Amino acid sequence: MKDVKSQASKNAAPGKQGGLNAEIQSRIGHQLRAMYDDVVRQGVPDRFAELIRKLDTPGDSPQVNTGGSSDQDNGRE
Amino acid sequence: MPLTDSLRDDILASVPSLRAFAISLSGNGDRADDLVQETLLRALANIDSFQPGSNLPAWLFTILRNLFRSDYRKRRREVEDADGNYAKTLKTQPAQGAHLEFEEFRAALDKLPQDQREALILVGASGFSYEDAANICGCAVGTIKSRVNRARSKLAALLYVDGAEDFGPDETVRAVIGSNR
Repeated sequence: MKDVKSQASKNAAPGKQGGLNAEIQSRIGHQLRAMYDDVVRQGVPDRFAELIRKLDTPGDSPQVNTGGSSDQDNGRE
Repeated sequence: MPLTDSLRDDILASVPSLRAFAISLSGNGDRADDLVQETLLRALANIDSFQPGSNLPAWLFTILRNLFRSDYRKRRREVEDADGNYAKTLKTQPAQGAHLEFEEFRAALDKLPQDQREALILVGASGFSYEDAANICGCAVGTIKSRVNRARSKLAALLYVDGAEDFGPDETVRAVIGSNR
């Protein structure tokens, strides 16, 4: 754990509001990351996983006639 | 470059942080996911313009940021319900006290000018270097640095300096903030 007090006294500009002390800055940084990481931890929602799966290979799009040059998916379904 | 399996995996791996960035920017979970979806579609449609070996997250963040900008210009502040919607996107609701603090932080973040907010998020939360953030925002590194500094100052002023009494019993902090001797 960091020694916040000594950091604060080192970085603070006493008597000046514009001088940001380390304690406040670390608090802001912590809250910002907490907000952000809350979302990151939710992972990849299904809608995006499916989206990328569906669009992954343009050649596999149902509209495209592959001309039977490959045997993939032939006769399935 | 063509869309290889590994590139697709890398894009997928970027989705969580893209969402976090989008929510941080827009303050609105539904809109953020629409932004992410549009970003992915655009990225996949323009995958040929991605330089192999370059920074994929930065490329994706750039797309999302530009989409957000053009979208933002169109609707301005159409949705003002930022806090409520954002809170709904969280799986775990913070405890009461923490939740209040969180909402205050969110509200303060929303008060920042957009330039400053995005710079602060990119550097302070997404973990991009100043150089990457400058590339994403299309400006000079020095500009990003000053935006981040101004954002931090303003957040500190909004959250802590005016409300020093609310900050807590920490004598050091109070002494530093209130120091007028």
